[in-house]
Amino acid sequence: MRIGIDVGGTNTDAVLMDGQRVLAKVKTPTTPDVTSGIATALCQLREDQPGAHVDAVMVGTTHFVNAVLERRDLAPTAAVRLCLPAGQALPPTVDWPDELRVTIGSHAFLAHGGREFDGRPISPLDAAELRDIGRRIGERGIRQVAVTGIFSPVRPDDEEEAARHLLDVLPEADISLSHTIGRMSLLERENATLLNACLRPLARKTIEALTRALKDLELDVPLYLTQNDGTLMSSEYAAAFPVLTFASGPTNSMRGAAFLSGLRDGMVVDIGGTTTDVGALVAGFPREASVFVKIGGVRTNFRMPDVLSLGLGGGSLVSEDGGQVGPRSVAMRLTEEALCFGGKACVATDIAVASGVAEVGTHPVSLPASRIECARQRITAMLEEAIDRMKLISGDVPLILVGGGSILVGSNLKGTAEVVRPEHSEAANAVGAAISQISGEVDRVYELTKRIREDVLDEAKAEAVAKAVSAGARVDTVEVVEVEDVPLSYLPGNATRVRVKAVGNL
Amino acid sequence: MRQLRIEDLDDLATGAAVLGTGGGGNPYRGKLMAELAMRETGPVTVLEPDELDDDALVIPVWNIGAPVCSMERIHKGDEGLRALRALEKFLGRQVAAVSPVEVGGSNSTLPLRVAAQTGLPVVDCDGMGRAYPEVHMVTATLFGVPVTPGTVVDAAGNCVYLETADNEEAERLARVVCVQMGGTASMAAFSMSARQLREAMIPGTLRLAQRIGGTIRQARRSHTDPVQATLEITGGLRLFEGKIVDVERRVTRGWAKGHYDVQGKDEVLRVDFQNEFLIARTLAGRVLCTVPDLIAAVDTQTGEPITTENLRYGYRVTVLGIPCDRRWRTPEGIALGGPGHFGYEGSYVPVEERVN
Repeated sequence: MRIGIDVGGTNTDAVLMDGQRVLAKVKTPTTPDVTSGIATALCQLREDQPGAHVDAVMVGTTHFVNAVLERRDLAPTAAVRLCLPAGQALPPTVDWPDELRVTIGSHAFLAHGGREFDGRPISPLDAAELRDIGRRIGERGIRQVAVTGIFSPVRPDDEEEAARHLLDVLPEADISLSHTIGRMSLLERENATLLNACLRPLARKTIEALTRALKDLELDVPLYLTQNDGTLMSSEYAAAFPVLTFASGPTNSMRGAAFLSGLRDGMVVDIGGTTTDVGALVAGFPREASVFVKIGGVRTNFRMPDVLSLGLGGGSLVSEDGGQVGPRSVAMRLTEEALCFGGKACVATDIAVASGVAEVGTHPVSLPASRIECARQRITAMLEEAIDRMKLISGDVPLILVGGGSILVGSNLKGTAEVVRPEHSEAANAVGAAISQISGEVDRVYELTKRIREDVLDEAKAEAVAKAVSAGARVDTVEVVEVEDVPLSYLPGNATRVRVKAVGNL
Repeated sequence: MRQLRIEDLDDLATGAAVLGTGGGGNPYRGKLMAELAMRETGPVTVLEPDELDDDALVIPVWNIGAPVCSMERIHKGDEGLRALRALEKFLGRQVAAVSPVEVGGSNSTLPLRVAAQTGLPVVDCDGMGRAYPEVHMVTATLFGVPVTPGTVVDAAGNCVYLETADNEEAERLARVVCVQMGGTASMAAFSMSARQLREAMIPGTLRLAQRIGGTIRQARRSHTDPVQATLEITGGLRLFEGKIVDVERRVTRGWAKGHYDVQGKDEVLRVDFQNEFLIARTLAGRVLCTVPDLIAAVDTQTGEPITTENLRYGYRVTVLGIPCDRRWRTPEGIALGGPGHFGYEGSYVPVEERVN
């Protein structure tokens, strides 16, 4: 049996699954420390199913991407680009929204180093220059550093050496290296590396807390976090690469929605406590964004589902006249601050309670009819607009409504043929986490002197599939999802670096 | 005369990416570089070719190299400007305007950056109506305008002056220089009078790129098919639809060369490229489109054009064929920019005849 947990901005959901069946589910407020919320959820699951034998805990969380979207808990971060004399025309964070750039600070350092396409140095790495940069970073009190070298996916040496020089003078720094995070295309890779770096303190804190929570409950099982593509990674890995969890929320909710509803095509709207994600299912899988995805206004080149996020959820603040709902939210303080819990803040959930469509909380809510009506119209209009934007055909499509905030909407939404609310839909995210896929990866340099490329690729694909299977994926479900080869013309023998990823169901 | 503003750059870059047939340099970076310069100096003046005095000197500026290099190895930022100033000095004459030589890809926006940096106007024209991988593959070559004297400039501060026997030699030598400069460099060359330009270049292509980009944007907004909208405004044809199942790409002698395969319903389409897409044919050997006609790969659902460096396993693409400018359909044009130039056998057949 597996436990799937989704830690959202507002609620923590957990499900216990035995194969294809949901045995138990719980919902509890996300706590500021994350830990106690999860501990509460796990305790409740245990009370519900005392004899359950748990094999693994899989956690999906929007915690890190929410931090970027809300510009909070982001550590000041320095960008070190190994590029000079090239690379000056478009400096680090050039295409970022101003307020995010201000949050992590404008600490861009251009240094010598980096490689040409054929592996030659653009200019030699300068140890003294890098140590000086390290000292200046230290003087500003910054401990997060993102290092990006030109052509590092072809030749990572410079980034690794630069990290050593920086660590010499900044021993307590966390250094994120771009070649471990992104693919070819300097700006997008650097952006992803910077986002990763600024999230590492939060990620470390969160994952330590998670591990402790499991230990306290004497749950001695592997802890996984779910990645953007719906596959699992170890918690240690996730602490160093929080950026890889960015799209796991929508991926989990869409995969969970497909699983629970049995539908393979349609739109998925997941209304959480803080945000709403709107995406599309194509043949049972989240539709992928083409080419580039913007996260919090920052362009990256991850493989991610195409999702539109709105600042609308059960905890969204409602204005005095009801004309404005969100994007500000009481987030995890819903059960203290919302009117229906005896608090003072009027949030979207209060509108549902006051209008009689939902029973939530501990206190009755009475609001002026005009405010209720206005807010309901606003919520419907926001969703209809988002659905319309994400639709690629103009006809009506089936809509799967999931997430705890789905009580906010009725069943009539413009542009939809039917609104499906599957059983357990309020825990679709957690279900998605529990049914996460297993991947097998190959990343290796091959020589092509005596072999043809097709042979090498076929071999790498077969190996990735075999790895996925041996890691626990069912052989009939394994599919190759990524194939990339980067010719390394600096090496003799017509060498090429091949990366293949295969994924399948547990 | 008109003003081109920062707000116009998105449409221009999208349209230029369609006309770039996979190459011409990454339009997003080109757009950003133009935008940064325009933020400091304001809008750029765009002139029609007939708004210049006959003897006015026009110098085209552009980047050469492999797209994957320009995407990784971001420029220092003054390469185009230094190439222009160096050529001006060499010619001993003052330039009246700059122009694009290649409307496809980021080479539509580099002249805008240089114009913003210098205050010079840009002439609305180019020498391809598309993108091509080689320096001399420009309509001006067909009309006897020499590439050189010209300059090739890199980030490190090198500037190489070229004077060559003919336009093909200019390509050969500039390419060697470019590879040594890291696979991406800026050029100023093909200097010509406005009188020559009116005959030898294709007018109005910047405006065309803007219109294509605007049409795609509006189609997306109104949920009509952006791919269909692209076909209508370019007079193009839908060649193939499917999923990319293989991409082979390597930097060879300064170009990104390779192919990608698209798995369709019952056959596989292979598109070869040398920076730009050259030929689209099924693995069974049926040719659907060749240069000089334009081959574009766009995201099947969003209509977003996909450049060679962004081709990836798994993408759902529609491959389009767009008829080229009439100047390329003359015997001389086909000899310079047709399939034979790239070593493909068989004569050029216009895409609309192949498909219909």
